[in-house]
Amino acid sequence: MQGENFGVKKIQTINRRMFIIGAAKFVVFTAIIARLFSLQITENKKYLTLSDKNRLREWRLAPIRGEFLDYFENVIAGNLKVYQLHVIPEEVEDFKYLMVRLKEILSISNDNFKKIIKQKNRQKPWETIIISKNLTWEQFSKVNYYLHDLVGAKPVLSVSRNYPFNESYTHVLGYVSEASEKDILNNKTIKDTHVPGLKVGKTGLEKTFEDELIGTNGIQRYEVNAYGKRISQLDYTNGLSGETIQLTTDTEIQKVCNELLKGMAGSISVMDIYTGEIVAMQSSPSFNPNLFLFGINQDDWQLIRNNPLKPLVNKTLSGLYSPGSTFKPMVALSALENKIIDENFKVNCTGKIEMYGQTYHCWKKKGHGIVDLKSAMKQSCDTYFYEIARKLGVDRLKETSTKFGLGEKVLNETFNNEKKGLIPDTKWKKNNLGKGWVIGETLITGIGQGYTQTTPLQLCLMTAQLANGGFKIYPKIIVEKNGKTTEEIKLLMDENSKNLNIASELLGLLNKEKYECLFKNSKNIKLVREAMFASTNEVRGTSYSSRIDDPKYQFAGKTGTSQVKRITKADRELDLKTLDIPYNERDHALYIAFGPYKNPRYALSIVIEHGGSGSSTAAPIAKKLFKLIIDRHEIREQTRKKKITKV
Amino acid sequence: MQYNLLNAQPTFFQKLRNFDYVLLICILLLGLISALSMYSTDGGEILFHSKSHISKFLIFFIMMIFMSFFNIKFWHYFAYLFYIVVLFFLVWASLYGVKASGSQRWINLYFINLQPSELMKIAIIICLAKYYHRVQQNKVNSFQVMFVALVILILPIMLVITQPDLGTSILIALSGLVVIWLAGINIKYFVYSFIALLISLPFAIAFLQPYQKLRVLTFLNPDRDPLGAGYQIIQSKIAVGSGGLTGKGFLKGTQSYLEFLPEKHTDFIFTLFAEEHGFLGSLGLLLIYIIIIYRILRIGAISRSYFAKLFCYGYGSALFFYVTVNMSMVLGLLPIVGSPLPIMSYGGSSMLATMIGFAIVMSAKINHKQLIA
Repeated sequence: MQGENFGVKKIQTINRRMFIIGAAKFVVFTAIIARLFSLQITENKKYLTLSDKNRLREWRLAPIRGEFLDYFENVIAGNLKVYQLHVIPEEVEDFKYLMVRLKEILSISNDNFKKIIKQKNRQKPWETIIISKNLTWEQFSKVNYYLHDLVGAKPVLSVSRNYPFNESYTHVLGYVSEASEKDILNNKTIKDTHVPGLKVGKTGLEKTFEDELIGTNGIQRYEVNAYGKRISQLDYTNGLSGETIQLTTDTEIQKVCNELLKGMAGSISVMDIYTGEIVAMQSSPSFNPNLFLFGINQDDWQLIRNNPLKPLVNKTLSGLYSPGSTFKPMVALSALENKIIDENFKVNCTGKIEMYGQTYHCWKKKGHGIVDLKSAMKQSCDTYFYEIARKLGVDRLKETSTKFGLGEKVLNETFNNEKKGLIPDTKWKKNNLGKGWVIGETLITGIGQGYTQTTPLQLCLMTAQLANGGFKIYPKIIVEKNGKTTEEIKLLMDENSKNLNIASELLGLLNKEKYECLFKNSKNIKLVREAMFASTNEVRGTSYSSRIDDPKYQFAGKTGTSQVKRITKADRELDLKTLDIPYNERDHALYIAFGPYKNPRYALSIVIEHGGSGSSTAAPIAKKLFKLIIDRHEIREQTRKKKITKV
Repeated sequence: MQYNLLNAQPTFFQKLRNFDYVLLICILLLGLISALSMYSTDGGEILFHSKSHISKFLIFFIMMIFMSFFNIKFWHYFAYLFYIVVLFFLVWASLYGVKASGSQRWINLYFINLQPSELMKIAIIICLAKYYHRVQQNKVNSFQVMFVALVILILPIMLVITQPDLGTSILIALSGLVVIWLAGINIKYFVYSFIALLISLPFAIAFLQPYQKLRVLTFLNPDRDPLGAGYQIIQSKIAVGSGGLTGKGFLKGTQSYLEFLPEKHTDFIFTLFAEEHGFLGSLGLLLIYIIIIYRILRIGAISRSYFAKLFCYGYGSALFFYVTVNMSMVLGLLPIVGSPLPIMSYGGSSMLATMIGFAIVMSAKINHKQLIA
């Protein structure tokens, strides 16, 4: 009985306890359901996003870079289709065999072969290896021919930068090459757009206009698995290609400039004297920017880098030269403007003048005799300019020169390598050298030597502003959308000069930005221009032998020969021929000119480093170039009209 | 004699009629769902896992039906032997077992790699049920009885924890404890041992393996190492959460087929199911488990013998633990400890153990009027 009692109690206990457990189970199941509800219903959006983030991955595609056009809409930096060879190791059955075959077919060098193998071992098997970035057509067709034997190799069509005019635009456009760490770090747009292998501008306009040229990435969306392998492509968005940038340059002229400068270190700049458009701007020696596209090889690079003629320097903007006698128009103008001299002022040149025990020589030992402004400019008489510089003083000379654009950047921020040059005055010397100005320095400044340093483009601008009658112009190399016609500009200049006499100061302020007058009396400009005309077109002019008699092409200019080394007494007595002097000690040859003389439209400056003398080396180049510039004028004007009516 | 009077043997057809068909249908349904899930883990193809799982399910299901015809007395009679054999297997495993991923849990029986710790989950219940069957109510709380019960419980736990396999040893402990509790042990002992456990916890943690410590820390904050230890929990929660109300659709669980989900065949099979079938599907699956557990408890309630009753209650509760521990784990409610979801997860030993449990329950149902002396 007792046992049964216990038995009943035992059953009661177990049932009671089971009930308690049952209740606990109910609670736990409710908790799990609540958890499921919170994850799947309440927070569903959050987890759905996280799941998509897991499985979707975007691949940015290389953007298509904007093109450069010249004034006539020829492509001067474009995009070329290139053939590449890609291999995805995962899709290759026998990687070793494929590589050996490819090595034979493409004749890959051992170094490159090793590099490819290294890359293969470094990356995941489904990541693309670029075997060749740029197959020649021959290689491409060969690969296609053997394709049945090359399982896994993929001939791919891609785009790459191309400079069709090779050397002709190197310094203006610069070049592109694969973006470096530094490029990515310094430019946010590059950072945002970067994909492996992206090419960005390294120098020149390619660098300046990087943000406009770069374009936007195309985007491919893929579903990927946990190991990052692409499973399927979901969608594809096209990127926008970069902006097209049009330059004011004329490729025909640019090409000829390049030819004319072959074998020499120097530069040519050509400018429209009303619009300020740079028609040509070439620095020599140049190099082929296409070499940099797929990584330049060491030999080519060393050749460029170690060339004593410095091909990497853009001499039009970064080359600093003493202007030599090309500075004389400024000295003459300044003296006239400041009423130090008039056109009849005469000096007797005996070949040298003495001052405080120092002798200052004229380039002509025997002297020029009695010279006035015109004949002094014509024959580039140094004594005359020593004399007027002495009377003028360096500070007033600087005022005039600065007005005409010397010592200031011509294209502002367009090129990051443009130099300012230097026009000295007494204050400058005191501040920078801590010494007082001496009169002898004024004399040599008067013939463009001494501290004075200018870039060829500055000289070109100075000449242009003399040629257009002394009005400020705004040099540019990028075509402006709402540019003015030449007629409009001339009208504005006319108005400005008429108003000059009435209420010059007030209106001068109002029109400061609009082709402001750089002179006090337009007659002075005229005198300087006439003197420059004489220098080229009259007998005994320094560039007489480079003249063109046809009035259509007739131009006026001024030669310059700037010393790179102080001439010693011994040198003077030896009077060596240019060719007998070591290259690095030869004088720089300069020439500035504008034309056609009757109705000027273009100005140019030519600098040949260590060329000997302006009249023998630089001026003849101008003669060869000028005909082409004038011949191209008609078509240029027609294009301009079309452009303006288009807008 | 008395034996015949009390234990009139039912005929084969009576037995067949006495089967719990609701339970049977639920098990078959679970088998079908598990087969489909396994098919999904194989990426919509019948590959190794689905083939192996389906064949194991079928073999063990037929085995279960066959074993259901055994009289409940048979199980009572062999309970201790079963326990001892499994215990022997455990010792064997820790001495000569097959090593895999840092732990030694399997013994090689040539045709199958057996995981004895899974069998121990069922053996501990059957052994303790037999043990308490005999013990009189007034002796349950005596020192001697408690000591023997604890030895029965602690021996396998120690063996499993040193394999090391924390998940299974916890489940064995829970299964054993629930039987001891049901047998009527005084609640104060549970309170005492709970306090003792809390006090010893810092020392216990010192004994944990580094990877187990990491799991606890990861559970407390999965984001502390999202690519390492926390990866499983984070990815599992993403999969479940992204399922939404109705799920991403059969074979469309991106987390699973893109391989973000770890161990999707085994411990995380519920995650895959919840991702593909959503909240409603998960509720349905949970409901099947609840019905199974309810049916088992009901069989316990109608069983006349104490052994069958205790076993059914114990096994019903143990199943509840397996299911809730696994689900809580994949839902981020508990730290990750290896614990399969019965029938759903891939794994022969677990399937075998679960099916043996069902066979005993079914036998209890068929023989529910049977008393055991």
